[in-house]
Amino acid sequence: MRLDPITTPSPARTVGLPALALGATVLVAMGLALIAGADPLATLGLIVKGAAGSKFALLETLNRATPLIFTGLAISVAFRAKLWNIGAEAQLYVGALVTVVIGTQLGLPGPLALPLMALGAVLAGALVLLGPVLLKTRLGVDEVVTTLLLNFIMALFISYLLEGPLKDPMGMGWPKSPALPRDARLPRIVEGLRLHWGFGLALISALGVWIMQTRTTLGYEIRATGLNPEAARFAGIPVGRVLVKTALISGGLAALAGFSEVAGLKGNLTADLSPGFGYTGIVVAMLALLHPLGVVVSALFVAGVFVGADSMSRAAGVPTYIADILLATALLFMVLAILLTKVRVVRG
Amino acid sequence: MAQAQEAQDVVLRLSGITKRFGALTANDAISFSLARGEVVALLGENGAGKTTLMNILFGHYTADAGTVEVFGQPLPPGLPGAALAAGVGMVHQHFTLSGNMTVLENILLGTAPLWRPGLGRAAARRRVEQLSRDFGLAVHPDARVATLSVGERQRVEILKALYRDARILILDEPTAVLTPQESDALFETLRKAVAQGLSVIFISHKLHEVMAASSRVLVLRHGRLVGEVPTAETDRHQLAALMVGAEITPPAPAEARPGATLLTLKNVSTPTRGNRTGLRGIDLELKAGQILGLAGVSGNGQGALADLLSGLETPSAGIMELAGTEVTTWTPRDALQARIGRIPEDRHKTGTIADFTLTENAVLERYAQPPVARRGWMDWSAARRAAEQIIESYDVRCPGPDTRIRLLSGGNMQKLILGRVLGAQPRIILANQPVRGLDIGAVTYVQERLIAARDAGAAVLLISEDLDEVLTLSDVVRVICEGRLSPEFPRGSKTPAELGQWMAGQGFSDAA
Repeated sequence: MRLDPITTPSPARTVGLPALALGATVLVAMGLALIAGADPLATLGLIVKGAAGSKFALLETLNRATPLIFTGLAISVAFRAKLWNIGAEAQLYVGALVTVVIGTQLGLPGPLALPLMALGAVLAGALVLLGPVLLKTRLGVDEVVTTLLLNFIMALFISYLLEGPLKDPMGMGWPKSPALPRDARLPRIVEGLRLHWGFGLALISALGVWIMQTRTTLGYEIRATGLNPEAARFAGIPVGRVLVKTALISGGLAALAGFSEVAGLKGNLTADLSPGFGYTGIVVAMLALLHPLGVVVSALFVAGVFVGADSMSRAAGVPTYIADILLATALLFMVLAILLTKVRVVRG
Repeated sequence: MAQAQEAQDVVLRLSGITKRFGALTANDAISFSLARGEVVALLGENGAGKTTLMNILFGHYTADAGTVEVFGQPLPPGLPGAALAAGVGMVHQHFTLSGNMTVLENILLGTAPLWRPGLGRAAARRRVEQLSRDFGLAVHPDARVATLSVGERQRVEILKALYRDARILILDEPTAVLTPQESDALFETLRKAVAQGLSVIFISHKLHEVMAASSRVLVLRHGRLVGEVPTAETDRHQLAALMVGAEITPPAPAEARPGATLLTLKNVSTPTRGNRTGLRGIDLELKAGQILGLAGVSGNGQGALADLLSGLETPSAGIMELAGTEVTTWTPRDALQARIGRIPEDRHKTGTIADFTLTENAVLERYAQPPVARRGWMDWSAARRAAEQIIESYDVRCPGPDTRIRLLSGGNMQKLILGRVLGAQPRIILANQPVRGLDIGAVTYVQERLIAARDAGAAVLLISEDLDEVLTLSDVVRVICEGRLSPEFPRGSKTPAELGQWMAGQGFSDAA
């Protein structure tokens, strides 16, 4: 068996194969429902209904998609430059931490506090990724290892703070931070609907990243560095500096996920603020083929699967793990489909 | 009767070999036979299908149609082991040796079971020594391969094939990495092999070697066998015409009128990196309106000198001056700012970004300057115009400026790079292997453009491993060997053989 490259893939391949991947994912989901002893079609229906079947469901999905858009963007920006940032989780938490500290400790009025919280979060997230990227460009240390391990360091550091200096004195002993004052929280987009401006900020960020990548010299440098660092360096692109800039943007975006969750939704910091948004961001970015606008779509899809599976589980009794399996299969099938649009398998 | 005689002696027969890669037909119904004791040269430009054909013969590819017979037995397709067992040995362009093992270990690798330490080693050594005497392949069996020269490594590859009782030897571009003297030694070995009844297929695109070493020539063009002539009945012009399908005339540059010195290196050294030789205290002057040709066997410091001029390397000792001013900071950007145009050795890895479009590649070296960009914002329509202009003036054959450059042939890719470099009106041009791998039409085109740039007042440093190319184009020739430079030899003052001695390192010791 051998793989032959396809120079100009037919529309049947570029559209048909991803559609086939989605279909195969649905089939796997139905098979799993069958094994769990439920009616496959009904289960599927319940997932869709739970994700988008009502105003409440839809808003829940949009809320869940918000941090995923941020982390998805963070990953897609970094991966474009072949900077393997696996540490979006740590950057998210450091963003949330700075948000809470500025919001609760400085006693600033809301209109002043909110921008400062966002800015502080972005800077802190950027700083968290600066270490690994400098180690990579200066000493050749693998950033996969450093960024991944920083996730655990950050998780333990947050735990310590929540048990110690940042512990809410009114928290009945729970490990959580004091809550943000009312006026230091992100307002709802429409009064009365449970959707905050974090979602708006996420959409604006996606648009911004897209414009940066396609219209600016920095975007050109990032793509050149990712596709062929040797040719980029030869052409006078300062590859090391480009990687540092990429890291700052990526870390900042991931930190905005933490800011948006704390200031928009939760109001305080807990150790379980993120159920792995930083890691799921990798899935989101890969499903979107690293396209910043595609990230929005794939974040909505991923969020919908999680929210829908939660609701389906309550009604049909199929475990929510089905959501994780579904996403994993969707990603695998999609990666395979994308590969098969680029090459064909030949015998011999 | 001659027919019967021939049938007796045929050791290899290819019948109707066809191989397609998508829309490209790499081999189109190719048939030929190889007789015992014969050296057949397989001649053709890059992309003519030579390597594909040999890969089919050796079992790396499976043909879409056609059969291979070795000593009258059909060869099962797609099994390199079967070809080896049938007595076909192949010496690839890029060697397949393990540097940390000795010559003997490399030869035995794959022939003996792993768990028989020592057993049969003495007999194997005797056999290897016998073979190297018989075929004139001098190399010490206990030398570590990493310490050997390229020519010696090639001898090991040939010994490896002979040790496995190969009766048919296939050599893929064997002289690409050799000095003229080493090439002569290789041809001597081939003559000895043939005298002992072996048969040889010799792949090349260098006409004079084909004339010197073969008894019969097969010419491939665009995947088809377009000519089959006994070497004695043909000449270089006829072969060249067959190869390209048209008569070609090599460029004949007019007398150079050298001007001011634009770049000076004084006693410059650069560090050796990995197995890439650094420069060892060289002096060099590049003059306006002059082509300085640098000859040498690959890996003797050409890479370091090219990197130095490209801005990728800085001198670890010595002084570098641009138009009389000493250079202090030196990066690729500084080199571009100093109007040094760089044609890199590897157009795929260094010269272009494969998944970028022609437009994106056309502006690679000035993406941040007006008119392509202002204050950090790209102006894609200006970039596109720049690409269209290069496509137009340099005859880049492509579907359009939005095509990814990986879809272009090497020649068209090189034309784009040439357009990018010359369009910036460089004062100094570094042309590192500018025509390697191009077909003859593209070669002539690139060479004429370089001569035109020289006539317009640019200083050109031409680095090439092809001595013929250096001699054709250069106003002044220098030879590089182990990081040192020979004196300047004006055009026509040295014969290829004399330069070959410099390439092999002779003459340097008295100078040093």
